[in-house]
Amino acid sequence: MSDEKRIYGLMAEFTSPKALLEGVRETCARGYRKIDAFSPFPIEGLAEEMGFTHNRLPLLVLIGGIFGLVGGYGLAYWTSVIDYPLNVGGRPFHSWPAFLPITFETTVLFAALTAVLGMLALNGLPEPHHPVFNLERFALASRDRFFLLIEASDLLFEERGARRFLEGLDVERVSEVEL
Amino acid sequence: MAARSGRDDSTETSQQGPIIAPGHSFETVTDRIAGIVLRRHAPVGWWVGFLIGFALLQLMLVSIGWLLIKGTGIWGVNNPVGWGFAIINFVWWIGIGHAGTLISAILLLLRQKWRTSINRFAEAMTLFAVACAGIFPLLHVGRPWLGYWLFPYPNTMGMWPNFRSPLIWDVFAVSTYATVSLLFWFIGLIPDFATLRDRSRNRAGQMIYGMLAMGWRGSARHWHRYETAYLLLAGLSTPLVVSVHTIVSFDFATSLVPGWHATIFPPYFVAGAIFAGFAMVLVLAIPLRKFYDLEDFVTLRHLDNMARVMLATGLFVCYGYMTEAFMAFYGANPYEGYMMLNRFVGPYAPLYWALIFCNAVSIQALWFERVRATPAALFVIAIIVSIGMWLERFVIVVTSLHRDYLPSSWGMYAPTVWDWGLFIGTMGLFMSLLFLFIRFMPMISIFEMRTLLPEADVEEHED
Repeated sequence: MSDEKRIYGLMAEFTSPKALLEGVRETCARGYRKIDAFSPFPIEGLAEEMGFTHNRLPLLVLIGGIFGLVGGYGLAYWTSVIDYPLNVGGRPFHSWPAFLPITFETTVLFAALTAVLGMLALNGLPEPHHPVFNLERFALASRDRFFLLIEASDLLFEERGARRFLEGLDVERVSEVEL
Repeated sequence: MAARSGRDDSTETSQQGPIIAPGHSFETVTDRIAGIVLRRHAPVGWWVGFLIGFALLQLMLVSIGWLLIKGTGIWGVNNPVGWGFAIINFVWWIGIGHAGTLISAILLLLRQKWRTSINRFAEAMTLFAVACAGIFPLLHVGRPWLGYWLFPYPNTMGMWPNFRSPLIWDVFAVSTYATVSLLFWFIGLIPDFATLRDRSRNRAGQMIYGMLAMGWRGSARHWHRYETAYLLLAGLSTPLVVSVHTIVSFDFATSLVPGWHATIFPPYFVAGAIFAGFAMVLVLAIPLRKFYDLEDFVTLRHLDNMARVMLATGLFVCYGYMTEAFMAFYGANPYEGYMMLNRFVGPYAPLYWALIFCNAVSIQALWFERVRATPAALFVIAIIVSIGMWLERFVIVVTSLHRDYLPSSWGMYAPTVWDWGLFIGTMGLFMSLLFLFIRFMPMISIFEMRTLLPEADVEEHED
């Protein structure tokens, strides 16, 4: 931790996705753990470089889909067989083939809702403010620049050392992110 | 990658042409597309288009208002044709929506990179088309203020909807489709909202786009989950889009009416939906790329690919027509045979032959590369196909109902001025929404366009 003023971290700015990927690799190799990378489009393999391999979203979506499947079929079964049996020309109350279209639709509906809401929840969005937005140049992260952040709370973080290390990478500039 | 080899190819045939014109960078792609939204004043053309749409929207509101006052008697529907314009237009609109989902989901799964510059507005088209479609069955139920009875909810009447009815399947299919299309569209917009938030110069823009972006900051972990979610949604939408028009076709196929009770209906309807949808994408894309100078992003290669899809699905549809006619006579059912004969030479025969011309004959021009490389020609063919697909639904609905089993109860159907008012009015709704969309949201996915640039590639020189 720096002694002077408290900062959120140090942000390095890159001009190409390749430089960012290389920077993330070296930063991880150096032992920094509390880092994050920002880019205007998804870069393949970037999250994995930072040790992010365990994505719980697919499991959540599967659970959402199963919920929709059981819920949709259960609703059709319970209403048509138990609560409000309707005799249509002597056909069986449990006419399962007729229940399948709705079961399919509810499965897709719940899986899709889980995918979107789950993605937002796991990402902690909506999050109206975040310290990285204090950096004026960070607005370019949604245009053509690539950023690498080392948080001040990282155990290895020491401002001068971290700055020297980042400046040694293929960076455009290194700036402090205020808290 | 197919996209990459396409770009490097310098021969100027439309199929091998680039999917993004050379010379673009992350900045130019971003600024060009975001600039359309962020500029201060809309161009005059935008105002003209929007006001035409808005005027037609008023026609819709008047048509609905009069309908609510007088009831469905102001429409042309009566015995024996109880399905008229409401169902024709519902099926037509919902079919148009299908191309949007096909482009955004199925082409994503098939790794067709050219989809990137057309998927956003095709998805918007889907949403608006579904909105237009939904109006018709809702009003057709007669007392639309009780439309919520269609949904299963515990009520004091102690009743539940009949889950064996295709009409209830329709409610679930269309509402699920609308919801999932909205999610797909919105999730695709989040990173672009963040771009607009960061690029906007005025406070209102920053606030509104900021709220819509929900604090998106492009973190690598976020992108990772984002891409997973996007891919899963694509995987879910793919069977969904097939199911929707299948279920719409069940409305017809599960009945015993001659001409409707056919197993060819689900695939034939799905193909017809994609056919009509691609026609509508072309109708929208060709003027948009011209007036907004987007020829760099929506290139001749896109138009060529869409024309090919239109030709292929059009041929499926022709196969459907042939099977329908063949089975009607081969099945040795006199009612089915008469139904087909009635289509060929009966009172609605001109409409049937017009549909054959529009959907089967006109598309044969698409075999020629010259035609596919001429936007004006494609535009005309796409309009003809849109009309043809509307005629197809008219023929299916009306010719089957107006003469079925008992000649004593035969009759004729003709739409009234209110039928036309509502139909043209929904085009106004569609146009109004579309023009608002291209004014306030990026009509091309900016972040996906960035990934198409050669600089975005991190893998090539990795080792």
